[in-house]
Amino acid sequence: MGIDLPLLWALIIGFGVMMYVLMDGFDLGIGILYPFIPDKHHRDVAMNTVAPVWDGNETWLVLGGAGLLAAFPLVYSVVLTALYIPLMLMLLGLIFRGIAFEFRFKARERERHIWDKAFIGGSFTATFFQGVVLGAYVSGLPVRDGAYTGAPLDWLAPFPLFTGAALVCAYALLGSTWLIMKTEGALQARMVALTRPLAWALLASIMVVSLWTPLRDPAIAARWFSFPNLLWFSPVPLLVAAGWVALLRALRRGRQVAPFVLTLFLMGLGYAGLAISGWPHILPPDIDLWQAAAPPQSLGFALVGALFIIPIILAYTAFAYYVFRGKVRPGDSGYHS
Amino acid sequence: MAESLALDLARIQFGFTISFHIIFPAITIGLASYLVVLEGLWLYTRRTLYRDLYHFWSKIFAVNFGMGVVSGLVMAYQFGTNWSFFSEFAGGVTGPLLAYEVLTAFFLEAGFLGVMLFGWNRVGPGLHFFSTVVVAVGTLISAFWILASNSWMQTPQGFQVIDGRVVPTDWLAVIFNPSFPYRLAHMTVAAFLATALFVGASAAWHLLRGRDQPAIRTMFSMAMWMMVAVAPLQALIGDLHGLNTLQHQPAKLAAMEGHWGGEPDRGQGLPLLLFGWPDMEAETTHWALGVPRLGSLIVTHSWDGTIPGLKDFPAEDRPNAAVVFWSFRVMVGLGLLMILLGALSVLQRWRGRLYHSPGLLRFALVMGPAGLVAILAGWYTTEIGRQPWVVYGLMRTSEAVSPHASGTLALSLGLFVVVYLFVFGAGVAYMLRLVRKGPVTDEGREQGDGGPGHQRHAMRPLSAVRETFDDDGRA
Repeated sequence: MGIDLPLLWALIIGFGVMMYVLMDGFDLGIGILYPFIPDKHHRDVAMNTVAPVWDGNETWLVLGGAGLLAAFPLVYSVVLTALYIPLMLMLLGLIFRGIAFEFRFKARERERHIWDKAFIGGSFTATFFQGVVLGAYVSGLPVRDGAYTGAPLDWLAPFPLFTGAALVCAYALLGSTWLIMKTEGALQARMVALTRPLAWALLASIMVVSLWTPLRDPAIAARWFSFPNLLWFSPVPLLVAAGWVALLRALRRGRQVAPFVLTLFLMGLGYAGLAISGWPHILPPDIDLWQAAAPPQSLGFALVGALFIIPIILAYTAFAYYVFRGKVRPGDSGYHS
Repeated sequence: MAESLALDLARIQFGFTISFHIIFPAITIGLASYLVVLEGLWLYTRRTLYRDLYHFWSKIFAVNFGMGVVSGLVMAYQFGTNWSFFSEFAGGVTGPLLAYEVLTAFFLEAGFLGVMLFGWNRVGPGLHFFSTVVVAVGTLISAFWILASNSWMQTPQGFQVIDGRVVPTDWLAVIFNPSFPYRLAHMTVAAFLATALFVGASAAWHLLRGRDQPAIRTMFSMAMWMMVAVAPLQALIGDLHGLNTLQHQPAKLAAMEGHWGGEPDRGQGLPLLLFGWPDMEAETTHWALGVPRLGSLIVTHSWDGTIPGLKDFPAEDRPNAAVVFWSFRVMVGLGLLMILLGALSVLQRWRGRLYHSPGLLRFALVMGPAGLVAILAGWYTTEIGRQPWVVYGLMRTSEAVSPHASGTLALSLGLFVVVYLFVFGAGVAYMLRLVRKGPVTDEGREQGDGGPGHQRHAMRPLSAVRETFDDDGRA
């Protein structure tokens, strides 16, 4: 067999999860930023920038879940058992965030604050626990005979809690730079002012994680700091530094689109860094992706669809973004007319 | 004991979250197709009434869709959180089916939903109609895959069990398993019926309040034609589905009929029980009240045919007949009322009183939720009826459950109950508020010509549901 099916599936799922992080990242970020946008019209505009696309963005998370179940059922069952509590809290957060889009515009004036709070609380909770899940997953989940052997609260540890907080900063930065791109005037100026400290927070988070993971795990230290890996992987931190400097400069120069693109770039690098640390373990610390893979009949069948359909999905997603391109402005009213 | 409590909690939690979930996709499937018809009629006839109805229902669709998305997201993870051993065992089959659902349906719906709901002034009429059609097709594709997966768990085939897990050997056999065509037809038609009842009840509500407008008449008339055409069709499909169940899951059918068997066959056939209380301990159905031979006629299509009784199965392989017997009767009873509603509507239409008969209008109004209740009752019948198996004949539900402590499950179940009641309660209230407001004349009249991306107006804030209500609920 020439095709390494588990590897291809790991790449597809990795791609799906990255799409999720980048795309739902900015809509969750807008919810996290809502407390800093007190004005009702600004809140309307901020929400309207993502209203037509948030649902598609969230679908990448469903693809991640379905892809894991299809290609790596062991990972799906162990991760979802081990991280049951933070995942449930994440889902509840996503419920509140998701319904807020429709309910907020439907609510009577005096009810609206409920859905504003749902949007803020839901976005914050979902993001924080996503970060916790990420941190706990990277830290490793002990498995014996196909079952999780850790305790239900193992995720309640400093590193996952830190990654939870770090992801809140990261999504807020994605959200603020998205709004710089999609809005103008006072709201945009507010976002520029918020982006600077958030960029610092992201840099600090990346550095802390980059130091913390190798210190915790000698295998990760060896992955990065042994020769010749050091040479191969050194572009990652260098590109992070360059991207970050460029982000601050783009902000100073009042660029509209560049801050968002550079934030996407930084997030992508951080994601690649974690992938390099974990490779080839799909269930750290012990189980690699070939051990966890579904039968080849399952992988092959689903792969045909994935390889044909994902490019089509990307094409029409791009089309949807194209239809709703440009700045969103306040003050107009009336949908459909 | 602690383990069986955890199992019960896991089942209750799954049952609770999926019961809430199924309501929204059912209406989504029906309304999406209804919106295609409305927009198609608008483009074809250019009668503004259809455009007004399109806008009216698309707002309700938007709220409903949002609730379907968030409650469905939970479902995508419940398989692993609550049934981890099932996922490990059968993920090789159910995983790819779910992945295909995401790839071919969810993305399609989500990608074009934005254009459908917010793009009226941003794309041309043709492209907008195309988006509506794509969303509707997406909902049907979604039903296809998820019902293929569910049906495979009911009537599995096309696989081998190797090293303690399912390995698919023939995907066509997996997808087109014996119960799939019936379940797909039954559920899709149920979604159309439930939506038609909802639309019909909404129109009846306005007509009863004297809002006798052409758009509302059209809504009512269309819904009643659906009842006439589709409710009897559903009875036929249900009958075929029952025959299929007799062939592949006889214990379920025995439970549905409250039939214990064990007595010698005296050639009197099977009665149809109208009432009774199946008692799992005593192995009998108390207070059974039945019509002689009608059961044989219905389930075997013969005068004296008989079916295996529950006593023909070991006690540990029997579903809870008390629940299944009654949930099945609720579904069938509501189905018969739907057929009656269709028949009465024909009568009143013929007498020229379709829009003025208070009796018919009130009947249509109270039947508003009947489709959804029937869907839930039907799913309880088929899902509780296939117990104790999660994959029929292969894996027991008790072997599938994740190793969570009951405290964890009780806590998360409690959270789900509180959150769902609050969130979906509010959502349904908003939907009903939109219904109460009724269609608005001349909404969306400014649609002009142009290609994709041509903005026809200063850009507007984008929410599908722009209505704001003041305190007395009128916009």
